[in-house]
Amino acid sequence: MGKTIIEKILTSHSGQECQANDIVVATVDFVMGQDGTSPLAIRAYENMEGQELFNPDKVALVIDHSSPSPLEGVSALHTIMRNFAKQKGCRIYDIGEGVCHQLIPESGQVGPGSLVIGADSHTCTYGALNAFSTGVGSTDLAGGLVSGKMWFKVPETIKFVCNGVLPAGVYAKDLILYLMGQVTADGCTYMAAEYTGEAIQALSMEGRFTVANMAIEMGAKAGLMEADEKTFSWLRQFTEQEFTAVSADPDAQYHKVLTFDVSELEPQVAKPHRVDNVSPLSEVAGTPIQQAFIGTCTNGRLEDLRIAAAILAGKKVHPDVRLIVAPASRKVYLDAMNEGIIQRLVEAGAAVVTPGCGPCVGTHNGVPSDGETVISTANRNFKGRMGNSNAEIYLASPASVAASALTGVITDPRQFMK
Amino acid sequence: MKFQGKCHKFGNDVNTDYIISGKYKFKTLDMNELAKHVMEDLDPDFYSKVTAGDFIVAGNNFGCGSSREQAPLAIKHANIGAVLAKSFARIFYRNAINTGLPVLECDTDLIDAGDVLDIDLSQGVIINRTKDMKIAVKPLPQVMIKILHDGGLAPHFRKHGGFNFD
Ligand code: SF4
Repeated sequence: MGKTIIEKILTSHSGQECQANDIVVATVDFVMGQDGTSPLAIRAYENMEGQELFNPDKVALVIDHSSPSPLEGVSALHTIMRNFAKQKGCRIYDIGEGVCHQLIPESGQVGPGSLVIGADSHTCTYGALNAFSTGVGSTDLAGGLVSGKMWFKVPETIKFVCNGVLPAGVYAKDLILYLMGQVTADGCTYMAAEYTGEAIQALSMEGRFTVANMAIEMGAKAGLMEADEKTFSWLRQFTEQEFTAVSADPDAQYHKVLTFDVSELEPQVAKPHRVDNVSPLSEVAGTPIQQAFIGTCTNGRLEDLRIAAAILAGKKVHPDVRLIVAPASRKVYLDAMNEGIIQRLVEAGAAVVTPGCGPCVGTHNGVPSDGETVISTANRNFKGRMGNSNAEIYLASPASVAASALTGVITDPRQFMK
Repeated sequence: MKFQGKCHKFGNDVNTDYIISGKYKFKTLDMNELAKHVMEDLDPDFYSKVTAGDFIVAGNNFGCGSSREQAPLAIKHANIGAVLAKSFARIFYRNAINTGLPVLECDTDLIDAGDVLDIDLSQGVIINRTKDMKIAVKPLPQVMIKILHDGGLAPHFRKHGGFNFD
């Protein structure tokens, strides 16, 4: 019987011919933790009486969620991570380097066919590289650090076939928001998503990361894509390591195959307080906003900043709006500087903060006030997500966020693109 | 393991930000401190309403969102005996088993807020005392039973030196 991408990766990493619903113990190629999860993982590691890491070269800790530290308590947790990394000889990415889900792909250590676990739910992002990568908790992470292994139930797969060509002004973010709205927040629970079709093939790698990133918002264990020439040339910037593409067999068994045509898609938003509370942006156009945020592991990449800067160039952010920009990594930041993107954003009135998660998770860098409305390029708009449960968060593409920052109300970016 | 307690009811898609907000979880590893803020954004007085051994009862997709293990740990430290839901998000489910918080998948429409339940974990039985009815529980996969039996993943590793499901 044919296999899906995830069945193939789990077969090659467990040494056991497996298919959906089997339970396997598989070897992992890379293990990652961030500052919200690593301190607990280190505690669990000690609790397991772990001595050495299974392989320090395949482990990285990232200080990105609360970075630089805004508080004494956070500083203490960061110290635990730095000491552990020093002692065990693994890589630590410290403040200013960026968001884990940008840094790990940029490290060149993950590619087609890899199996990655990360103690962060958006680890599913690397599915854009044709890897099976998934989020785990701290104790599972500790198990991975000690043994280089993890147990998995092989998930069933839902295939999303996206046909057609995205219209101008409509982006990967609009596409994934639309899919979210269609399948809902638990539409893929306990399952993997495979994204395919000409609309996915046409996306840049950056756009593909955006789509894979939000697989977890549907409850999926992974959001996988096929590897093509774009995947390999993107990887060649970062590594000489050879990877082999993993594709699904033509007779692979899917839980469901969903087919969409994106040719008529409009810009989308997710409305408060649910990621699957999605509608065309036009439905909420005109809603006043006080804060706009461009960044995160969903949309803090070079292409995202470029699109935003093109809309903001030579104009000024609305006086009632604060625009915050967090480049996803130091590389993104530097590349954006070299292209003059940062100059254009700052001239327009943006506050550019340290590469990292920025205000995404409400620890610092832009907590909204009571009754305020934020439009953000992030992946979650839960109540309280940005640190205040009396604020409302809309999710949208970088273009929509930039356009809204200019007008002070939720705005269709296409009106700035004529 | 047997529990008796009363139920606190929540809806669908209770995410880990609601269980324990990101603004707290980064500050400390002191779970007793985090426990005070459990469910705060959904019910500001939740922590003070709980009597030790009470149950959280919810709809679909409980624990969706982030991978934070602080979520099951804070629930446990708020003295909740078990979480019952129609379905769980997978990372939360694994984290709960790994850290020894009992989680049961069952038809929670048969339970109302304030109902008193008897739960026998080893038998996988829930009795709703208030409504005088038995509620079927979806059994855990064998691997998870093994991990729970060992007291969580860390004790499992101490005992076996790694994964051992034979
Ligand atoms: S940017 Fe936001 S969603 Fe992404 S890893 Fe950081 S906190 Fe999580």
